[in-house]
Amino acid sequence: MSVLVYIENWEGAFKKSTKELITYARHLASKLGVELNAVSIGNVENSAIEALGVYGLGKVYSVNNGNVAQFKAGAYTQALSAVADASGASIVVLGNTYNGKAMGPRLAAKMDASIVTGAISLPDTDNGFVVKKTVFSNKGYGYVNLTNEKKVITLNINSYQIEEAAGNVSIEDFSASVDGSKVNITEVAKQTGKIPLTEAELVVSAGRGLKGPENWGMIEELADLIGAATACSKPVSDVGWRPHSEHVGQTGITVSPNLYIAVGISGAIQHLAGVSSSKTICVINKDPEAPFFQAADYGIVGDAFEVVPKLVAAVKNLS
Amino acid sequence: MKVLVCISKTPDTTTKIAFTADHSAVNYDGVKFIINPYDEHALAKGMELKENHGAELTVIHVGPADGDQIIRKCFAIGADKGIRVNTDAIDGLQVDKEIVAATSGEQFDAIITGRESIDYNGGMVGEMIGELLGIPSVSYCQQLDIDGNTASMKRFIDGGEESLTAQLPVVVSAVKELGEPRIPNMRGIMQARTKPITVVEPATGAANTTIGKYDAPAQKSGCKYIDACNAEQLIEILHNEKKLF
Repeated sequence: MSVLVYIENWEGAFKKSTKELITYARHLASKLGVELNAVSIGNVENSAIEALGVYGLGKVYSVNNGNVAQFKAGAYTQALSAVADASGASIVVLGNTYNGKAMGPRLAAKMDASIVTGAISLPDTDNGFVVKKTVFSNKGYGYVNLTNEKKVITLNINSYQIEEAAGNVSIEDFSASVDGSKVNITEVAKQTGKIPLTEAELVVSAGRGLKGPENWGMIEELADLIGAATACSKPVSDVGWRPHSEHVGQTGITVSPNLYIAVGISGAIQHLAGVSSSKTICVINKDPEAPFFQAADYGIVGDAFEVVPKLVAAVKNLS
Repeated sequence: MKVLVCISKTPDTTTKIAFTADHSAVNYDGVKFIINPYDEHALAKGMELKENHGAELTVIHVGPADGDQIIRKCFAIGADKGIRVNTDAIDGLQVDKEIVAATSGEQFDAIITGRESIDYNGGMVGEMIGELLGIPSVSYCQQLDIDGNTASMKRFIDGGEESLTAQLPVVVSAVKELGEPRIPNMRGIMQARTKPITVVEPATGAANTTIGKYDAPAQKSGCKYIDACNAEQLIEILHNEKKLF
């Protein structure tokens, strides 16, 4: 019995969420008193993997051949499952990223494992194997007992504190037989120069209170200055003021950044569901009765067109 | 062409979720149920395939008899056939094994699910069906076109999107860009009454997870108000005290 952590790479590089995940997996293995192994799939330099040693990583299986050059959910699941078998893993941990979401459930089906997606805590093993996650789109928490012998966990981004630990990485090249021939990737389009909302630690978001898409300049300026991603409420993306990819809420993207600044958003229950796990929430709204203030840590009752420029000026004064 | 859309029943998005006094279960008293919103986008894509390619559109739901109402709504929107597996939906893998067993005699060209249900936010039903059937799965799918034996799709990835093609059959999980939800018309509503729902008894029944405890989110300790005239104080707090940037 051991724990296997899938260290996902993005064009050969690892992200902060990978380090959160390694820390989580290491704490999990140590809590259970079992060995931790890792697996990397795709084209990654050994030096990039070795650099993760400072988070306590030891043995890493590297699956790196032509068949896994591009992410294909079925093929990657085959590779991951082969390494799980070879390393004797009964628990596999992945990040709850787009690709983690695409392969975690497939892996659980392949291994006939219990799975919890979007975990936010280590398991409580006093009575079963109980992992906390948000349910009802952040309107509550559920404690999921994984009852099968094999288990798969996908960990939410930005929900576990990174911790360094002594580690000595040893890489074993692993050859897995995979078949991705039914799928062809034809184009990958990345937004450049923007922080992806799902990974952002700081978010500046705005709603109908801004009156029109032409007024988003100050929101983008504030976000740029503090290194935040921009987001919006559902009505704003529905009318096309902002792209759907910025819509946070129950039927949009769920975020849990360290800071969420909401400008001109009243705070309907569906919107709050998508943002309520943010660590610090600041609300700027001219309506003192806006329900969002009840979910806020800091509030400013005032006109966005007066308040936001003051915030922009104040940030500029910091440097 | 045959298309299967998987439908889940969830509390309405405006529902305030409450738990029983001992926190062991969700209190569904007075809760209004709807088709899971993401499944409506999946159904809309299914309707488009029906209209453009003459696909036969089947919906499947795993749940007790009160789920018939959402299958009827799918009929009203235009689904041709409805299957209900007569058992409680407990977890994704259990549900998927039932779906695969209940449809084992049929070969679907495309299977469409919502990206997740808005109750347990599992986001696993489509992917697991893909694995159980050994076919490609595309998660967070925003575009799906079918030409001959090939599906062309676009999906969200971290920081962007990816275009891909796959040989049929495929399973995709829908985000809202995949299709605009339909509203039933009167003809559809009339026809929905007479379309039969095939009720299938469960095949496996074994659950892989249980939830024995729930908590409400922690309440904020109270909002600290800053006067709009001194708005810059907020930046000082976030920068100096909270060290957020």
